[in-house]
Amino acid sequence: MTELLTVAESVVGRARPGEGVEAYCARGQDTDVRAFGGEIEQLAAASSAGIGVRVVLGGGDGDGKRVGFAWAGSLEPDVVAAVLEEARDNARYASVDPHAVLAEPDGVDAAELDLCDPGFATVPTSKKTQMALELERQARSADPQVRQVDSADYGDSSVEVALASSTGIRAVTRRTSAYVSVSVIAGRVGESQTGTGFSVGRSPLALDLERAAGDAVSRAVRMLGAGKIASGRFTVVLDPRVVSTLLAVVSSALSGEAVVKGRSFFAGRLGEAVATSRVTLVDDPTDPRAFGAASFDGEGLACRRNVLVDGGILRGFVYDSVSARRAGTAPTGSAVRGGYAGTPVAGCRALALSPGDQDQAGILAAVGEGVFVQSVTGVHSGVNPVSGDFSVGAEGLMIRTGALAEPVREVTVASTLQRMLRSVLHVGSDVEWLPGVAAGQTVAIGDMQVSGR
Amino acid sequence: MAEVFVEDRQVSGASLDDRRVEELSSGRERGAGIRVVVGETTGFAHTADLSEAGLVEAAEVAAAVARDGGGGTRTVALPDRRARAPRADVLPSEVSKARKLELLLRADDVARSAGAEITQVQVGYGDSRRRVLVARTDGVLAEDDQVRTRLNVVCVASGDTGMQTGYESVARTVGFELFDQVDVDELARTAARRALAKLSARPAPSGELPVVLAGGSGGILFHEACGHGLEADHIVKDSSVYTGRVGEQVASPLVTLVDDGTVAGEWGNYAVDDEGMPAARNVLIDHGVLTDYMWDWLRAVKQGRRSSGNGRRQSYQHLPMVRMTNTFLLAGTEDPEEIVAQTPRGVYVAKLGGGQVNTATGDFVFGTTEAYLIEEGRITEPLRDANLIGNGPEVLRRIDAVADDFSMTPGTCGKDGQSVPVGCGQATLRITGVTVGGTAA
Repeated sequence: MTELLTVAESVVGRARPGEGVEAYCARGQDTDVRAFGGEIEQLAAASSAGIGVRVVLGGGDGDGKRVGFAWAGSLEPDVVAAVLEEARDNARYASVDPHAVLAEPDGVDAAELDLCDPGFATVPTSKKTQMALELERQARSADPQVRQVDSADYGDSSVEVALASSTGIRAVTRRTSAYVSVSVIAGRVGESQTGTGFSVGRSPLALDLERAAGDAVSRAVRMLGAGKIASGRFTVVLDPRVVSTLLAVVSSALSGEAVVKGRSFFAGRLGEAVATSRVTLVDDPTDPRAFGAASFDGEGLACRRNVLVDGGILRGFVYDSVSARRAGTAPTGSAVRGGYAGTPVAGCRALALSPGDQDQAGILAAVGEGVFVQSVTGVHSGVNPVSGDFSVGAEGLMIRTGALAEPVREVTVASTLQRMLRSVLHVGSDVEWLPGVAAGQTVAIGDMQVSGR
Repeated sequence: MAEVFVEDRQVSGASLDDRRVEELSSGRERGAGIRVVVGETTGFAHTADLSEAGLVEAAEVAAAVARDGGGGTRTVALPDRRARAPRADVLPSEVSKARKLELLLRADDVARSAGAEITQVQVGYGDSRRRVLVARTDGVLAEDDQVRTRLNVVCVASGDTGMQTGYESVARTVGFELFDQVDVDELARTAARRALAKLSARPAPSGELPVVLAGGSGGILFHEACGHGLEADHIVKDSSVYTGRVGEQVASPLVTLVDDGTVAGEWGNYAVDDEGMPAARNVLIDHGVLTDYMWDWLRAVKQGRRSSGNGRRQSYQHLPMVRMTNTFLLAGTEDPEEIVAQTPRGVYVAKLGGGQVNTATGDFVFGTTEAYLIEEGRITEPLRDANLIGNGPEVLRRIDAVADDFSMTPGTCGKDGQSVPVGCGQATLRITGVTVGGTAA
């Protein structure tokens, strides 16, 4: 099999004078298993590969730059050659943009991260199907109130990426990952409640089936008997999974591109207090515990630790090369891209709040009365990172005298992201690295509007 | 059953942002997905290598799950190949890139001229041509050639109260003739108007209120309130509130809901689904009575019935599953203005965003992107964006008025990690009570 970097370099080697070329090659293998009713419902195994090429015309230091992009789901030599030509042609039509640049090596050393588990390759497919079946069995037998396990999944992937550019970028990354995920329905007559649980790791051997099944079941069972409550203002305690989802939305407002283009509520507020002093937000992809940990970013620069909010004060944004140049600053090694079919954009990979000193039980006790939110829906339709308007569907449990009480469903929780950051009462010590771009931990927020009856 | 699904997909796109055409992109993907079903188990593999050796290798991987049943060769008689012509008058690949860029620049100009408060405009253009071929051991051989074209505009308006966004899009299963059918200027003005209106918006109310949804506001209400819950994969797993309820009154008698993949030009339109079955018009709810679910091949065969033509997949790298096509409420007879006039107090939703449903509990949310207060039967002040939350069967029973001003809206439906284009449609209608998730007590 041809080395990926060789393919990328061969494309870059075809750059014409005055032309910048960047080639991003990726190759991956995936296995996905779903168990249902004690049988293997689906088993999929496949490999895929592809290339994305950016061409910048009018290179050098002149101002007449234009960028074009093309991609293909193949690394065959004739396809790769056609992709370069297509990217070149696309560049001819783009608007002139003095900020259109490819990343330049900036001397920052990449962190040595081992993101491939050696155990990964040793696990045969039969073991993976057994894990899915065992996950389903555990979820089904954990509690007599579980009426159905509607999916019990095992999945893994192994991905290699190589990046080369005519500006001198050379980067190769490899990573493995595995997960199990289970979704259960608990039921009584005329009632269904649902819960999901999962476990992620760099290898199948790192997965905790018992915990995934236990989480799914307890989340579903504790919702039995849930009802709507009367609307009102409450202190809301958010489950770590909910916080991870919400930090991902906040991260899009911390994108330097959104800021420089006037599409972030953080624009123009550097150095100001945007949150309570309990809030310190750091994006650190060099932390190997993070699901999004990476040595290199989507343009081949070293990933690095970026402090974005420190003690409530807004301190910085994340930039790729183009947005950094537009903003008159340096890139922060924060280019992310959605595989070979996407171009790099500025974004976070491993955002986390600095932990407080209380766990979830401690926070519930401190809050006393309020609403605990176990899961949210409609984040893409009800949270706007430009305006900050925030309204999501929620289910969870009442907090009474410092402990979880009766379950609540079919309500919404609303505020604005700006006000929520200024109303953070507690940040949990229970940091959990969840799949996605942000860690989860328990957070309490004061004065949110809960809508119900 | 064994099946080969071959796909050749070509896409091109252009995006304008911050007054510049920032990106022109083009992509191509071709490959085959091979599915082998034995008993309760489906084996699947895909490959970008369409040579005989590549296909055989993928087939062996897919069949490996069935090895216990032994091997063997079977000869299958397939009908003559019948290639389909693309359903597009003007193939986007034959339109110059410069012509596509004119659309972006024009939309940017028009949106920015809507008001000095418009501070940022993004315009996205995309087209795709997807050729598929399905061959199956049960004798199905079918082809389709799907051409889709879209344009969307997002505006940011800035004022004393901060920033607001406005969005509008057009997307149809047609070629570049789309732009003879739609007015790009009007599209850009609509996106700008939505952002501008919200600059003076007050927070949405909090609590249960009557809600009037405008015709063409999105129709996503039905997609979430019952569409997903009527997909047979949820039914056979008993993970839908609609399981076992065929023949029952599940909605107001004003509700007749149809899923129809045959509506030419709509965003969820195709000739055959991704399992080779012809698209069909399926009545799901007739005057409030549940008549049927939507089916793909796998779930249908287990029930001893035919697929309803709803087996779809995002690409050759994905397994098919039950998906909606164009899902819509048949129009009623009332006057939309009269419905508002007869609503003393409530919320008028002019445009919906996305939504989400838990099919097992029936609880669903849908977001507003343009909404107003209704006071004394009149549409008054604009409201900031909010989600609305309800329970499917309950909300469907609370529909007490449907008007005659039907129209469709395009959308992207996500399920189990796969995205497919769908259409949603409805006329102006009223729900007597649904929880509005704003912040105004």
